[in-house]
Amino acid sequence: MNARTTDSKPELLIEAGRAEKQYWKDLWRYRELFYFLAWRDILVRYKQTAIGVMWALIRPFLTMVVFTVVFGNLAKLPSEGVPYPILVFSAMLPWQFFANSLAECSNSLISNSNLISKVYFPRLIVPVSAVVVSFVDFMISGIILLGLMAWYNYIPSWRILMLPVFVAIAFAASIGAGLLLASLNVKYRDFRFIVPFIVQFGLYISPVGFSSSIVPEQWRLLYSLNPMVGVIDGFRWSILGGESKLYLPGFALSLGLVAVLLIAGIAYFRKMERTFADVI
Amino acid sequence: MSDTVIRVENLGKKYVLGHQRQERYATLRDTISNSSKNLVDKLKGKSSAGSTYEEFWALKDVSFEIKQGDRVGIIGRNGAGKSTLLKILSRITEPTKGSIRIKGRVASLLEVGTGFHPELTGRENIFLNGAILGMGKVEIQRKFDEIVAFAEVEKFLDTPVKRYSSGMYVRLAFAVAAHLEPEILIVDEVLAVGDAQFQQKCLGKMEQIGQEGRTVVFVSHNMATIKHLCSTGILLKAGQVHKVGRPLDIISHYLSDAHVSSTVDLNDWQDRETTKAAKITSFVIADGDGNETTSFSIGDDICFKLHTTFNEPIFNPSFGVIIHDSFGEYILDIRSTHSNFEIGRIDGDLTVQVRLDNLGLCPGRYLLSPWINDAAAKINIDYVKLCATIEIEAESRFHDVSPLVGKYWVPSEWTEVKAKLKV
Repeated sequence: MNARTTDSKPELLIEAGRAEKQYWKDLWRYRELFYFLAWRDILVRYKQTAIGVMWALIRPFLTMVVFTVVFGNLAKLPSEGVPYPILVFSAMLPWQFFANSLAECSNSLISNSNLISKVYFPRLIVPVSAVVVSFVDFMISGIILLGLMAWYNYIPSWRILMLPVFVAIAFAASIGAGLLLASLNVKYRDFRFIVPFIVQFGLYISPVGFSSSIVPEQWRLLYSLNPMVGVIDGFRWSILGGESKLYLPGFALSLGLVAVLLIAGIAYFRKMERTFADVI
Repeated sequence: MSDTVIRVENLGKKYVLGHQRQERYATLRDTISNSSKNLVDKLKGKSSAGSTYEEFWALKDVSFEIKQGDRVGIIGRNGAGKSTLLKILSRITEPTKGSIRIKGRVASLLEVGTGFHPELTGRENIFLNGAILGMGKVEIQRKFDEIVAFAEVEKFLDTPVKRYSSGMYVRLAFAVAAHLEPEILIVDEVLAVGDAQFQQKCLGKMEQIGQEGRTVVFVSHNMATIKHLCSTGILLKAGQVHKVGRPLDIISHYLSDAHVSSTVDLNDWQDRETTKAAKITSFVIADGDGNETTSFSIGDDICFKLHTTFNEPIFNPSFGVIIHDSFGEYILDIRSTHSNFEIGRIDGDLTVQVRLDNLGLCPGRYLLSPWINDAAAKINIDYVKLCATIEIEAESRFHDVSPLVGKYWVPSEWTEVKAKLKV
């Protein structure tokens, strides 16, 4: 190495409040870290467990059974002409993804605080790879849906091809809300208590155990203020096909809210990120 | 053509200290109690602002340049801003003021084994740690064998690192970082851990990095390492650059603020490790007859007195004085436990004295660090670093005793032994 090669190197400028341009470049340079952090979390989670990755199947399956019994068999809610387990599970998939992401994401910075105070890398990687971990769980749970479809001899229509779009929306909603909560959690550890509450509460105000069509027409738009309503309706629309209809004004509203959530999440995270190492 | 790789200009870093709360982050309890307190204050018409927060400049107007291939040692007492400076250089935290321009890829090693996961195996941790430090998967695979060989952990690659000995752990962690091949390597006091042989190996590696024309920025309390490894030294004092220059000059400046007085008031001494359970309030140096002095001859008797205040009752604390040479290296460690000095439960003020007979230090300047230790918990209650000085004067009687060929003198007796020698 000689002096000439360093001269041609791009110069890095460190100054108060001026990391923007470099940041996205670094994010690209560290792209493999998304994978490694997610890989670590998955690897660690099932170490020293007897049935390992089976847990990713058992948990959503049992929840689905309970919901089917409570809402379908006991409360006898309408099922839009499909087997109730499929109705429940097509909503449970995105909901579990969102709920797990929120829980993991909001805790991710705290549980990696040693990294944050000792090594530099774009901090965005930590919460986003927590979402990636939840996404892997989501894919595994997807196997149950395929199993249910086979069991009930259920063949989805062409709309299933639209599913990736709704998955992407679920991703955006998870990251947006997750980043917001993660950065708040660094400063106010209160969010450690608030997040489980949001998740628990959200399960009942989102149309997971029932179809959103049971919500009275005049309240549908208000109900769509919950961004997960749009995502779950989208999942049902593409998986269940047939009678399931997408309530378009509500869906547009949810979609808009997800976009706002994502942008606000990233912006707030970027703003707070500068002080993470000092307050964590 | 300039070969400056790091240019720091007017760098400043401000921290805001919260005075009332103990914990650094806000918790539910704090939030509720503070906001209700604020509410009460507001209702009473009192202003609570100003009392809770204080600004603290960890670094202030720091400017220096580092040229390519320099091996720079940053030294300074605790709280001088060394760690903050390294954190800003490695982009972990942002400066409040000023700027830094860096040319080339930076790797920083502020702690050994950052990001190691105890449940993962050695092999898995190499990949994880490498990725965290900024290496790609292909790059790690390429260097994998080299890293394993350097760390000497071939046999335990598939064992979770939680079962590693601490030595193995440190070796593996350093090995990953050492193979980063950065243009600029920033290292904090990481060599304090690990065994002596491995420390040598690490130093060798860092020297090699330096000889390859890469730049090393290094923080250490070990002056021998600084002397040996670095080509330039930067002395930080209270957040400011005090002096830049040759390591030897810097080191002698570093410790020149130790008191040269036989009675040293330690109430306001900053450079200490303390739990605040007890405090050494002053330290007195005297000769064998009890006359206060800081100047001695080889073989003199010497007395140290520690005036202490215990804020909490402690059972059988141990006391000690460390004698360092003028570079801060350890020469002698004098401990109350070595003479089975047991004093029982202590609370309130206490003065202890230790007497050393025939102290045989060679002529020169020595620094002293008195300490109190909780022997049961094995922690320093108050360890006051390098705060006092004694001078051993050269004397005609011992005109040929030289620190160049020995650090300690002992009385010796020579006799002629008559024996028949076969020729």
